[in-house]
Amino acid sequence: MSSLVLKNLSHNKHYNWIVRNFFSTWVNTILTIIALIFLYKVGTFFLDWAVFSADFKTNFQGEIITDRTLCSKNIAPGEYGACWTIIYARFDQFMYGLYPVEETWRVNLSFVLLPFAIIGFLFDKLPFRKYFIYFTFIYPFIAYFLLYGGPNLTIVETNKWGGLLVTLFLGVTGIGLAFPLSIVLALGRRSNMPIIKSICVVFIEFIRGVPLITLLFTANVMLPLFLPDGVNPDNLLRALVAVTLFQSAYMAEAIRGGLQAIPRGQVEAAQSLGLSYWQTTRKIVLPQALKIAIPPIVNTCIGLFKDTSLVLIIGLFDLLGIGKAALADMTWTKLYYEVYVFIALVFFIFCFGMSRYSLYLEKKLKTDNS
Amino acid sequence: MQNNFIRKIIFDEKSRSLLIQTLTIGIFALVIYELVQQTAYNLDKRGISSGFDFLNMAAGYDISIRLIPFTSEDTHLRAYFVGLLNTLLIAVCGCFLATIMGFLVGIIRLSSNWLFKNIAYVYVEFTRNVPVLLQIILYYSILLHLPQIKQAIVLFDNFYLTNRGFYMPSPILKEGFGIVLGSFGLAIVATYFIKKFFQRKQEKTGKQYPVFLINSAIVIFTPIIFYYIAGMPIELDSPVLKGFNFKGGMVVRPEFLGMLFGLSIYTAAFISETVRSGIISVSKGQREASQALGLKNNLVMRLIIIPQALRVIIPPLTSQYLNLTKNSSLGIAIGYADLVHGFGGISLNQTGRAIEIMMIVMLTYLTISLIISFFMNMYNKSVQFKGNA
Amino acid sequence: MSIEQVIQLEKVNKWYDDFHVLKDIDLVVDKGQKIVICGPSGSGKSTMIRCINRLEAHQEGKIVVHGTELTNDLKNIDLIRKNVGMVFQQFNLFPHLTVLDNITLAPIWVKKMPKQEAEEIAMSYLEKVKIPEQAEKFPGQLSGGQQQRVAIARSLAMNPDIMLFDEPTSALDPEMIKEVLDVMIQLAEEGMTMLVVTHEMGFAKTVADQMIFMDEGRIVEQATPEEFFDNPKSDRTKLFLSQILNH
Repeated sequence: MSSLVLKNLSHNKHYNWIVRNFFSTWVNTILTIIALIFLYKVGTFFLDWAVFSADFKTNFQGEIITDRTLCSKNIAPGEYGACWTIIYARFDQFMYGLYPVEETWRVNLSFVLLPFAIIGFLFDKLPFRKYFIYFTFIYPFIAYFLLYGGPNLTIVETNKWGGLLVTLFLGVTGIGLAFPLSIVLALGRRSNMPIIKSICVVFIEFIRGVPLITLLFTANVMLPLFLPDGVNPDNLLRALVAVTLFQSAYMAEAIRGGLQAIPRGQVEAAQSLGLSYWQTTRKIVLPQALKIAIPPIVNTCIGLFKDTSLVLIIGLFDLLGIGKAALADMTWTKLYYEVYVFIALVFFIFCFGMSRYSLYLEKKLKTDNS
Repeated sequence: MQNNFIRKIIFDEKSRSLLIQTLTIGIFALVIYELVQQTAYNLDKRGISSGFDFLNMAAGYDISIRLIPFTSEDTHLRAYFVGLLNTLLIAVCGCFLATIMGFLVGIIRLSSNWLFKNIAYVYVEFTRNVPVLLQIILYYSILLHLPQIKQAIVLFDNFYLTNRGFYMPSPILKEGFGIVLGSFGLAIVATYFIKKFFQRKQEKTGKQYPVFLINSAIVIFTPIIFYYIAGMPIELDSPVLKGFNFKGGMVVRPEFLGMLFGLSIYTAAFISETVRSGIISVSKGQREASQALGLKNNLVMRLIIIPQALRVIIPPLTSQYLNLTKNSSLGIAIGYADLVHGFGGISLNQTGRAIEIMMIVMLTYLTISLIISFFMNMYNKSVQFKGNA
Repeated sequence: MSIEQVIQLEKVNKWYDDFHVLKDIDLVVDKGQKIVICGPSGSGKSTMIRCINRLEAHQEGKIVVHGTELTNDLKNIDLIRKNVGMVFQQFNLFPHLTVLDNITLAPIWVKKMPKQEAEEIAMSYLEKVKIPEQAEKFPGQLSGGQQQRVAIARSLAMNPDIMLFDEPTSALDPEMIKEVLDVMIQLAEEGMTMLVVTHEMGFAKTVADQMIFMDEGRIVEQATPEEFFDNPKSDRTKLFLSQILNH
């Protein structure tokens, strides 16, 4: 404890905090200096590249950039930074893929409605929560109608969907469909009936033991072989099947953890009151188990969201896939870092948001139960 | 009569459970039967044959990254093994690197320096919230932007960083190398006995000896000494620039490096969280009790904190290893010849035997997962704290 | 016969940032004295004894243990810790080691004792706390009272001159408190210098040479047990005693 300044700790808690965290020993002080230098260098480099020397829509000569040759950094190499114009130019594709531009209002509408559809599940102190939950159940139909089409709305085939639309579609729908399935699997795995239990265990362990990419390949190549003539699900649907099965196994394990945390006494109390298995499960065990399991469930959802990027390997154009396609286009090729940084940022915003929510939930659960 | 029977089935738990299970098996059998029929029909219609005989047919393609020799005339079965070895290679290297980085970052997160702590935090949060595929593609991109061979970056005279790979001298093992290798093996075995020897000495006399230093010295210096004794039986075949390419030496391909960096940096972020929460989980009182007994800090760590922390760290650490191994299947995105890319991709396309090949691939990953889980469970059982606490 | 002063606290002050937790503490402990410290929670009693073996650091004043002054000097701290034993409210036994290994750990690694000698010493102390048959068990397999007794044996195995007890029975079920207090009484009768933070007033009456009442970081009253219980001088002491003695 060869403390440097600790001997002179004052009564000011801010001063003390600074001393303890930055200058408590000689080594610490040197580390602080190194870190500050590092931050300065990296920070200024990045800010310069991304903001100050970057082109947004026009280059340093004032011209509007229409292709990569007009980017400042290609005219005067070494002096300029990112050429973000590629993002602006292809923004529609990043968001919607090849969705017809005049119909994108439908996608926007379904995006806007999405938060309202999930908010009912996320926050239990919400006013009018009941109505939000009703909306959660109607939303899938509304969204399907909006996105795909139907009476009065032109049909937009799924092979025209792309970008963030596909990422969100696979993520949200995958999680939504997997949820009920995972509850069944989790309950089945704890069942006393050996056949049911074995089927669930085999399914869960199998799915968790193989990489998602093999499931995607299987769905892509083998699904048409399993189905009768005439039933030919399109590529997006095949990927959705794989993603849903994948997510259901992982969520089932998270739910199982929640189920295991419920003390036996709860079930025994319910049974002695005369409740049947299903009543006990539905009204006593599941609500508590799900509450406990939500942080690990959200973790699986974050994982799923990131894993939707794998569909680019089977030829679907999710956000990352659109990015790669944009880079292959001769007009904009070689603007790798701009595209990757942008896509990384979008994913980061969604995933970090979800993980913050999960932390908020864990804190809430601790204070609720203690 | 009949009423009683029905009533029995519905209300008696045993009968009901039997009924449900029988129904389930029945439905399952029916579904599977239908599935198999339908698939056979479809396969027939498309003229795709079945069976595993393709494994003995020539593959017809080359694999550039390989640990065992392979040409396009080798069989698909051999292609499978090449892919499997590549998968295991990247998995082992990735897990090794990720563990080292993960432990380092985890410990930094626990340091008292606010800046280091939070820089590490930013790294962890960014890495964990961006898809691993994107990170792999990103690192691969960066590696492809290295200079061309003619303008390679030269390190230490014999190492060249280029956009076609990392060229380095390859060792040619001459006669006498066996002696060096043997001495290394002996040194390692010796460390076990040396450790036991000093342990016994400490138990008898109480004196403490720097066993770690002694063992490290032996492991490092013995092979070096024998290397000189045996007449320096290692020659380096350095890469030499001839025309547009290097001749001689060996090369580590950017596909491999891209996968390695992507996978290990990504997994290290998760491992660091595991390490951090493992060390935190050891209650403060343990440290206080050790200090109150007069134990010095390094002993507190070695004898009290780390053993307890490891018990908490190892299960989630193992599942991170599993994740890394499964994520190695993303090699196909940048052309790393792992199992999914070659056997699962190219062989599949060429032979059309999708079902057979996918089954083999999935079973392989399943086996690897089960083996790792099995060892983890064994270790877990053996280190559980005995007692009801 | 001069009585040796083993612990001296002189005008000791401690702050947590701006919270003044120990205010002008003056205390002298003679060799062989048993001092019981009581007071409401948050009064600083635990903090004070934890300053004595440097689990907490004081900012002002002087602490001298056995002639060695307690400063930032690591050598001094180590010396003091070798001679001062501490028993915690939460036992803090090492769960991954057997009971025997818990006790022999410090003698082997700090005093550099041969293993056999350490084990003999450990067994003798286990017998002293009356649970020699538990030697090969793990802490998780023992009851709370047994665990605390092992903790006492663990500290005693280092042969300290001074024993500090931080609410040793507060985490125990009522039926196990007696077995631990019995060990502490035996220790007291053998002449150990003891500072005990506790609410167990029966024990205090039996064993204490001096009672100390602390409130809001200060030593409010220090007296012999007779004076303390029958004739407390300060109003705050009176209030505390009335709360703790009548339920």
